[in-house]
Amino acid sequence: MHIASVLIRRILNAAGLLAAVLILCFTLIHLAPGDPAEVIAGEMGGATEEMMAEIRALYGLDRPFHVQLLSYLGNVAQGDLGYSFYFNQPVTDLIVERLGATLLLVISALLLAIFLGTFLGVVAARNPNGLISHFVTVLALFGYAAPVFWTAIILLILFASVIPIFPASGGMYDITGPDDPISRALDIAHHMVLPVITLSTIYLAFYSRLARASMLDVLGSDYIRTARAKGLAEVVVVYKHALRNAVLPVVTFAGLQFAQLMSGAVLVEAVYSWPGLGTLAFESLLRRDTPTLLGILFFSSMVVIIANLLTDIAYRLIDPRIRSGAR
Amino acid sequence: MAPPLLSVRDLRVEFDTRDGIIPVIQNLSFDLHAGGTLGIVGESGCGKSMTALAVMGLVPGPMGRIAGGSIRLDGEDLVAAGEQRLRQVRGNEISMVFQEPMTSLNPVFTVGDQIGETVRLHQGLSRREAVNRAIEMLRAVGIPAPEKRVHEYPHQLSGGMRQRVMIAMALACRPRVLIADEPTTALDVTVQAQIFDLLQDLQAETGTAIILITHDMGAIAELAERVIVMYAGRKVEDGPVGEILGQPLHPYTKGLIRCVPHLEADPPVERRELMEIPGVVPGLSQLGGVGCPFSPRCSESRPDCNMMPVEKAGPGDHSVACWAVSEAAS
Amino acid sequence: MSDAAREFEQELRVESPAREAWRMFISNNSAIVGLAIFTLIILTTFVGPLVYTVDPFELVWAPLTPPGEEGWLLGTDYLGRDLVAGLLIGGQSTLAVGAAAAVITITIGITVGALAGYYRGWVDEALMRVTEFFQVLPPLLLAMVLVMLFEPSLTTIAFAIGIVSWTSAARLTRAEFMRIRELEYVKAARSISASNARIIWRVILPNAAPPLIVSAALSVGTAILFEAGLSFLGLSDANVMSWGKLIGDNRPAILAAWWPVTFPGVAIFLTVLAVSLIGDGLNDALNPKLRRR
Repeated sequence: MHIASVLIRRILNAAGLLAAVLILCFTLIHLAPGDPAEVIAGEMGGATEEMMAEIRALYGLDRPFHVQLLSYLGNVAQGDLGYSFYFNQPVTDLIVERLGATLLLVISALLLAIFLGTFLGVVAARNPNGLISHFVTVLALFGYAAPVFWTAIILLILFASVIPIFPASGGMYDITGPDDPISRALDIAHHMVLPVITLSTIYLAFYSRLARASMLDVLGSDYIRTARAKGLAEVVVVYKHALRNAVLPVVTFAGLQFAQLMSGAVLVEAVYSWPGLGTLAFESLLRRDTPTLLGILFFSSMVVIIANLLTDIAYRLIDPRIRSGAR
Repeated sequence: MAPPLLSVRDLRVEFDTRDGIIPVIQNLSFDLHAGGTLGIVGESGCGKSMTALAVMGLVPGPMGRIAGGSIRLDGEDLVAAGEQRLRQVRGNEISMVFQEPMTSLNPVFTVGDQIGETVRLHQGLSRREAVNRAIEMLRAVGIPAPEKRVHEYPHQLSGGMRQRVMIAMALACRPRVLIADEPTTALDVTVQAQIFDLLQDLQAETGTAIILITHDMGAIAELAERVIVMYAGRKVEDGPVGEILGQPLHPYTKGLIRCVPHLEADPPVERRELMEIPGVVPGLSQLGGVGCPFSPRCSESRPDCNMMPVEKAGPGDHSVACWAVSEAAS
Repeated sequence: MSDAAREFEQELRVESPAREAWRMFISNNSAIVGLAIFTLIILTTFVGPLVYTVDPFELVWAPLTPPGEEGWLLGTDYLGRDLVAGLLIGGQSTLAVGAAAAVITITIGITVGALAGYYRGWVDEALMRVTEFFQVLPPLLLAMVLVMLFEPSLTTIAFAIGIVSWTSAARLTRAEFMRIRELEYVKAARSISASNARIIWRVILPNAAPPLIVSAALSVGTAILFEAGLSFLGLSDANVMSWGKLIGDNRPAILAAWWPVTFPGVAIFLTVLAVSLIGDGLNDALNPKLRRR
């Protein structure tokens, strides 16, 4: 099958999924106990029965469900996800402002986890009873069992308070610092270290274990024996012939786990006050700001869908068997 | 006679297992002359493939190791050679074709890359020259449209084609020794014949000596000059192909030959019955005993078989390790 | 009976699979450690409060009293509540929600996976679309939305966790059903016209059980982590103490005092560690072939 036609099908599928997310968001608002008009009235500081009717009419809350749904979908298509009374800003603007910070955090953590995890896994697989191999096993257990927000807090206590080498204030940069691009970038990098390390721990543990298993499998395969029989140096055998095959499951899981990664980001951001979607979600949760929270759910799902699409493409680039549609 | 190109003496390969150290190859000696063809036969699990890996210096570590003996290529002992020297030998002076063409090629690299890699490594060819050599080799092994095939991936080729690619890869550096380990077992019968013809043609052309490992007596008869028969990690019989097939001495060799169906143009009224050897090859843990390992399956078993038979010369250039033979033959 | 006959009979007596699995499980050191830790945690959290009767919500002493001082073993939190009481009582709700959520997770997962894997065709297509849909929703965010909209309580939290985490159990069940439905004994059951329901629940499911049991054990750990995360974000029943709630409540004070967040964190960590050691042990015991690979 041609890659373009696969891509088109995937994009259509992604659009369908996004529409489903929207319908879910909308349905959830309606299923939830409590009258949205009352909530809005509450945000405005109370309202009479007449004002309530006015609010209902204004927001179309008196129309039938499907009409409201269609108009909601129409609004979203135009980039309107509603209005946040707490932040006094359109939800879309709020989210777009913070999306970059979350993506920076999530992508850095993912790349760190994939590269370091794969490397550890490969080293462990080359010596299955060695020290690194045991370390990977232990790391995998600990990485899974430690709650990510707790890891974040412990790292914060250790490296911002006990040994103060990273900023304790959290955030993305120091607003009082110099604002030329280079100092700002360095400042952001400095603020990023702990959140990125925290978020990558879980996945680092998982990928190193996955890469180890996958590498052990590949190293026992016939084509690795062939590569050795050619007289290739062990480094070439491992890092050229084996790695490219062993990394396939890691790529698959990286895509599948993007949703979990966005979840973890919420907790990590909340601890480090990282000004991204997670902190926004945390704040809107405290304020019971439903439109913002649903907007974040929608945008995060979109990020996951796009990440899945990219994973699919990456997989096809690495594995010629999938590329040509043969399995 | 010129000194042999490859000379193996008293080879011993051991494996560490849960049940202790197990010798998977013991007292194995054989010679291969330049341009000659040696067949190694025996059932699966007799140590044929391990012999090949030992010659390549590829006994799977850290459990396995060459524990004794010598493997001399033109007088140079490869057992004593360092890993770096062995890498120069592998794929360049001695190369190997494996049993499983479906899985022996790396799925994520093109056929051309995989053939070219060898010549770039050993002969320092540039990328472009390597592609040209790969095309040349693909043509030599009879793959149609090599200019197109060179850019294809293994999954786009049939099993027979892949084995041709393996042979092309193995011969790309014009090695002096080619080890073909059951090169046709996984292939269709018609393709098997083609591959054997190809090996014969290429040998005539390049003068490469071949070690053909197989359990196919027909292939041995067609290709080999000398044959060694292995059982349970030991050589049980050794001789010119005509003598081994015509007058097998060891009961195991006789059994193997009886297993082969004969197609005859003018079948006699009473056809010989197709026989099988009763029992199975001993497992890893049963190796290293003191008695003849074949005796439990042997129809000519006798009390002496509790002791390991020594290799003794039979008639002519023929040797055998069996207590039962000594009286009858010598 | 002669000795020889008895011996022969002994040889014939094959161990039951469950017994063999149990034997393998208890010969696995790390699984035993996991089981021991888990038992200890259950005992402390459910028996402990009967002995140690301090109210976890009561302000017993000065806020942020360090551990060991003034007779408070683990110290007090930012409000002056006793941390020992908080850990003991809080463990009950964390474990209860974890267990309930795991049951919901595995129930939804098995039902969806079994129907998809057994009926295939359009049923499979539709259910897999739903599964795919749930896989693109960041689970914690969806759970946050659900709990917020339906008010935090132990029940809503358990359901929210179940609703966001069933997809992998469904995929696993589906794969097992697809494999097993082609086996001879299922064909045999069909040939005697057993009903579909009977084949699904009585014939295939018991044979698909081993990996599902492992998955269920591991989902207890995931659910506990989830509950802790939600409580940490403030989505917990305000009237019920839990480990995550302790960490969440004390978060603003972390740089002043390490103990109110460290101890509940260690408790969660040990519990999840124990559960995953048990899960790994079950995996080795129930799928011995995989282990030897």
